[in-house]
Amino acid sequence: MSAELEVDFLAASTRALGDPQLRRNFRRAMDGLMAKRAAAFADPDEWTRMRALGASIRAKNLLKLPELLERLELNLCKNGIQVHWARTTDQANQIVLDLLRARGVTALVKGKSMVSEEMGLNHFLEAHGVEALESDLGEYIIQLDGEMPSHIIMPAIHKNKDQIARLFSERIKQAKYTEEVDELTAMARTVLRRKFLEAGAGLSGVNFAVAETGTLCLVENEGNGRMSTHVPPLHLALMGLEKVVERLEEVAPLYSLLTRSATGQAISTYFNLISGPRGPGELDGPREVHVVILDNGRSRICQDPELRATLACIRCGACMNHCPVYTRIGGHAYQAVYPGPIGSILTPQVEGAGLRHELPHASSLCGACAEVCPVGIPITHLLIRLRREAGHVLPGSPVRGGGGARSRREDLAWRAWSWVVGHPGAYRAAVWCATRLWRLLPARAPVLEAWTRSRAKPRAAGASLQELARRKGVDHV
Amino acid sequence: MREVYFYATCLVDLFFPEAGMAGIELLRSCGVRVIFPRGQTCCGQPAFNCGYWEEARAVARGQLALFPRDLPVVLPSGSCAGMLKTHYPDLFHGQPEEAAARALAGRVFELTQFLADELDLKLEDLGPPVKVTLHASCHAMRDQGVLDQPRALLKRLRNVELVELERERECCGFGGVFAVRDPALSEAMAGDKVRDACATGADLVLSTDGGCLMNISGTLERQGHGPATQHIAQFLWERTHVR
Repeated sequence: MSAELEVDFLAASTRALGDPQLRRNFRRAMDGLMAKRAAAFADPDEWTRMRALGASIRAKNLLKLPELLERLELNLCKNGIQVHWARTTDQANQIVLDLLRARGVTALVKGKSMVSEEMGLNHFLEAHGVEALESDLGEYIIQLDGEMPSHIIMPAIHKNKDQIARLFSERIKQAKYTEEVDELTAMARTVLRRKFLEAGAGLSGVNFAVAETGTLCLVENEGNGRMSTHVPPLHLALMGLEKVVERLEEVAPLYSLLTRSATGQAISTYFNLISGPRGPGELDGPREVHVVILDNGRSRICQDPELRATLACIRCGACMNHCPVYTRIGGHAYQAVYPGPIGSILTPQVEGAGLRHELPHASSLCGACAEVCPVGIPITHLLIRLRREAGHVLPGSPVRGGGGARSRREDLAWRAWSWVVGHPGAYRAAVWCATRLWRLLPARAPVLEAWTRSRAKPRAAGASLQELARRKGVDHV
Repeated sequence: MREVYFYATCLVDLFFPEAGMAGIELLRSCGVRVIFPRGQTCCGQPAFNCGYWEEARAVARGQLALFPRDLPVVLPSGSCAGMLKTHYPDLFHGQPEEAAARALAGRVFELTQFLADELDLKLEDLGPPVKVTLHASCHAMRDQGVLDQPRALLKRLRNVELVELERERECCGFGGVFAVRDPALSEAMAGDKVRDACATGADLVLSTDGGCLMNISGTLERQGHGPATQHIAQFLWERTHVR
């Protein structure tokens, strides 16, 4: 996506930091989510055990990915679910449009799908005369405002109740202004209920696709997912190809990790297991079910034993909720479909390491993301890997645009640093000079200037520890 | 006699030498012989984190060779300890030094971790009553598993009241080069940390890590009010020894 978009994380994050309403909204929401998750994993031993299980299931599934995808296709077909493969988002969009056109569908109702965001599906369909209406409440809200999701599971989390009240009163026909949450929800429901009945097709994402049974699993809390997948005569499901799991029994631990990590729920309000269209003699369900399986760089990423872990993600959003950067700027500043730490490792792999070089640096490497990841993705390690890729061509790496953000100035600076620090004599001389001359260094000197804009200049000691230790007779070797 | 290598780290060497000296004295007070390898400079973490691994390796290779004997390596920094313990094996993966890096990893300790877990450190508090709060350094906590040890040591001081910092586990915004590369984000994080620190009503903010301390103290100093800051090693030493 976003080739036409000017990508400037520093500017966007600085803008977000300057928006006190946005910061309050995120801080409050993320604090709440962190507390809920902590309560859901109150027993550290249980957490460790569950996470190890989740990580091993995902790792195993990714290792067997090609084989599992073939089995998935076979078993989906047996169940009467038609499978379409898309290498690119353009292909995926075209597949969806062709399916809709062939059946004369002009209105589509959508359950939540991040893959559809990845595809830019709404815009694409709109441009081709198909109305796509979001039915997830959060997605509905941001669609009304023409925005992108700011969080992968709570897309409208950047807005507070008052902002939503204003938006509804302006954009929903005959809506009156109210700040009552129940009334606001009822307004959306009134609009959506009619659409569910009118739409010629429903679209959904997929949380897990089970290879051995050919089942599509959908996790949701609002029931809109079930409505989107069961009421209209045609159901289209979109999934990234990494979503496949081998066995049905593997879904249970992953599902539990997902809901606990995401919202602190032991289980979601709805859990849909979709195993085919309406059968003969059945009274409801769609007449046709199609699934579009999207690659968009995933099979490329999967070839790298280190980067492959990125694909283990079950999209719980815990890494965002716990990220001290994300909690302060929200998702939009990342200018990417997937924001926060997981997005900062995924986006450069999909869009190019040079092009999105700022994202892996959008982290203090504090490790909070990796600590809470329910499938053990070594996010900090991968952030560093992608920082390397941004400035260097790594042999054999499947990441495109490696070395694209190479800076001669930075190269020189690190080479000089490495030479000084790599030679103890030179290092000691530099430290000796620093201890004696530090106070002469202006606070506005390059690099130091970025530090001193909000902090006092650090004070170097009059003599280094190495000098002090020698004077005090510590054993040197 | 028990022996350890002491690895000062560049930040302590240049900005907190008294904390380094205090760490050495604390170890000595337990009857440990402290060996200070002369060739020590920096662990290489800044370049490692920025993706300049060749430059980091050039530095780390020399540092790796400083600890030939099978002795514990003690560092007054959870972050640099994490670099030696967790990241040297990554950095030297597939390199001739890989085995040495892995062997070293098993004997790296953050200072309070070594003092609390490996030694019988007697701390007799000689100071007046004081209220302190502890900033848990991310790398001490997440790379080294160090959080209880500094607390346990502080609890041995009878005139010291330890008050908990709100959002104790959240990063202060230092992040090494992050602080100057994404300064607006870094200062927003530091600002919040300092606000939480002030809200504790503590006289002093302590930390196991020089980087966090520089960030927190620099922000506090610019703000012009709030608690003082100190490296935990220096605090422990000064509380228990009349200067």
